[in-house]
Amino acid sequence: MSATIINLPDQSTARIPKVNFLTKENGLLSWLLTGDHKRIATLYLISITFFFFIGGALAGLIRLELLTPQADLMATDTYNKVFTMHGVIMIFLFLVPSVPATLGNFFIPMMIGAKDLALPKINLLSWYLYVVGGILVIYTMVSGGVDTGWTFTTPLSTHYINTNVMSTGLAVFIAGFSSIFTGLNFIVTIHKMRCPGMTWFRMPLFCWSHYAASILMVLGTPVLAIAVVLLALERTVGIGIFDPTKGGDPLLFQHLFWFYSHPAVYIMILPGMGVVSEVISTFSRKRVFGYTAVAFSSVAIAVFGFFVWAHHMFIMGISNYAVLVFSLLTMLVAVPSAIKIFNWTFTLYKGSITFETPMLYAFGFMGLFTIGGMTGVFLGTSGTDIHLTETYFIVAHFHFVMVGGMLMAFLSGIHFWWPKWTGRMYPEKISQLAAVVTFIGFNFTFFPQFILGTLGMPRRYASYPPEFQVLNVFSTAGSTILGVGYLLPVLYLTWSLKYGEIAGDNPWQATGLEWQTQSPPLTENFLVTPIMDHEAYDYDWLEHQKESEVTSVG
Amino acid sequence: MSDSPTIAHDAHEAPHHEHPPYQRHHFETVEQQADATNFAMWLFLLTEIMFFGGLFTAYLIYRNWYYPAFVAASHQLNIFWGTANTAVLISSSFTMAMGVWCAETRRKGGLVLCLVLTFVLGLVFLGIKTIEYSEKIEKHHVPGFHYSLNSFLNPDSDEAAKAAGDKPMPLDMARHTEIYFFLYFAMTGMHALHMIIGIALLGFMIFRAQAGAYTAGHVTFVENFGLYWHFVDIVWIFLFPLLYLISRHAN
Repeated sequence: MSATIINLPDQSTARIPKVNFLTKENGLLSWLLTGDHKRIATLYLISITFFFFIGGALAGLIRLELLTPQADLMATDTYNKVFTMHGVIMIFLFLVPSVPATLGNFFIPMMIGAKDLALPKINLLSWYLYVVGGILVIYTMVSGGVDTGWTFTTPLSTHYINTNVMSTGLAVFIAGFSSIFTGLNFIVTIHKMRCPGMTWFRMPLFCWSHYAASILMVLGTPVLAIAVVLLALERTVGIGIFDPTKGGDPLLFQHLFWFYSHPAVYIMILPGMGVVSEVISTFSRKRVFGYTAVAFSSVAIAVFGFFVWAHHMFIMGISNYAVLVFSLLTMLVAVPSAIKIFNWTFTLYKGSITFETPMLYAFGFMGLFTIGGMTGVFLGTSGTDIHLTETYFIVAHFHFVMVGGMLMAFLSGIHFWWPKWTGRMYPEKISQLAAVVTFIGFNFTFFPQFILGTLGMPRRYASYPPEFQVLNVFSTAGSTILGVGYLLPVLYLTWSLKYGEIAGDNPWQATGLEWQTQSPPLTENFLVTPIMDHEAYDYDWLEHQKESEVTSVG
Repeated sequence: MSDSPTIAHDAHEAPHHEHPPYQRHHFETVEQQADATNFAMWLFLLTEIMFFGGLFTAYLIYRNWYYPAFVAASHQLNIFWGTANTAVLISSSFTMAMGVWCAETRRKGGLVLCLVLTFVLGLVFLGIKTIEYSEKIEKHHVPGFHYSLNSFLNPDSDEAAKAAGDKPMPLDMARHTEIYFFLYFAMTGMHALHMIIGIALLGFMIFRAQAGAYTAGHVTFVENFGLYWHFVDIVWIFLFPLLYLISRHAN
């Protein structure tokens, strides 16, 4: 068995296709007014990377502050602002659009054999809305920040705080519409733009998971929008809807907010699961085990995901019966998630596994997401939740799912499709190193926080009792390793834009339609509209294609 | 694989079938384009339902909690203007539907007429809404701005309350009428905002229709706008009974 499946063209003769979506037109305006989903994905990739590093720098400040028990690096007020801005940026400007707006935008049309998303102008509009939201967040930061936490908890945000709640709210509102338009576009595209022969059950699982995430975006985000509008009205006019002194109920805000924000975590994780399905199949040379189950588990996660929001409110005074029901429903989400993990594991079984970088990140995803998911069960159980909620346990839990899960999946996908996107390979050895460094750094950073949480260290404070210091030092040390792990890809991926090896059409010998065309693709994606005459992940079909290619040339 | 550049070159000489000018390059057929945009519009309306859904949820909860306050406060709404407005809005939906039909059957004159009528009816609706809002302002029923409880504490001093036979309410219940009026303004205001956006689009469409844009076979925009207009209408069909009618019964 060879140690790698990389199959590159002869580097002495190979060159990047002269005409591709990157070179088709030139000039800034050809980018800013483009309707091409691949160019919009590129714009998105640049902007979300920018915000990721701002959010990451804020995370670094948080960890530095927590190096010592006293609040000595910054004032406690400043600390509140730093962790709030970290949350707002990472959630609304990085995690929600991360995979969908970049990889989804780029590859969904290609995977289903379409020339573009159904609504290119709406797609561009969605990027502009994102940018406006991002600018508002930056405005918030430079004009003094906001310190409500990313959850805008009432009545703190409406009555007690004098910081920039309004501009942050507006930013979230606008970025929300960006996300709605992305989701809407995906649903329409997957319904109406599939090429001949591309039935629902021949689509790559990447499309299925994006479809499920899009349903959540379309149905959930408007509720966040109205919640933010009501919050703004409460804050400015004092209409009383969330104000107990006037008969309003602050819990109503929690309900409206989490009706979006819990499904939002599935908006964040589902596209990542789509990436992992593609990567695991490609690097095990096997069809994804239980394709239909994996496809439907995405939809099941989307459906269940809408009925668990109140588990964020177990200690906020909702009724015991509601706690009981929402606790049960929360456990149920574990079922489709476990279906995915088990099916990926079975895909690996007797597969011809190779360990290229995307696969390493995907393994990282599987391990860390499993830990993150299992600890979610602790928090879904009302008894343990009362002890663990608002402690570092919960911080560790959602960072395992979001950073350990989603960010690993994002990096896996970026490496996997980099050759297709740019036409050049990333350097393999150093990127494998980066994947390992990220994994180690991540565990160093966040695993101690589980222990801190069970010991009772509360979240969102700048200082803590001295006996927690050892574990916090571990965590801060880990975060520096993690930071290196995230900086490395930026460096070598930028380097590879000019110096990377020419990738050719299909360096991984993958089966998706996106790999059966040139890299980088043409603006129209395909020369002729493809006809899908085989199942997804059909490696025999791919072998057969290669044979017939050879005979026709000979 | 290294020969892909030559293939790439061919893309530009690939034969192009004759397409109508309004068909966008990434669609195979006009039907696919119409299908996709229609479907997108329905999805957008779904997000709108969820958007208004938040307000309806709030209404449901607070009506349950503060039932007497909601009943008394709803007596303050002007049933005459509310009914008139409902009639105006339903008529505008009719003219809009006729407009879509005119566009489909390529009647330019009819389309322009229908759009103008819809435009005018939309403005009439907003005009009536202004009358109603100014009544609320006069009676200090705008939450957050010198809100007055007088109509609920002393119903005899208030014509509308007297006519409905309201009894004086204890202060702590009367206070909650403010929440009713907030919901009234938020829901009808959000609805009016959708009307204003619709009217602006109608103005744009009237110009385009005069230039013959929608009567040459490409009617997607008119159709989708029609869906939007009917949606805004349907929201009102829910608002009218919930805000005006539900607490009104023969004494």
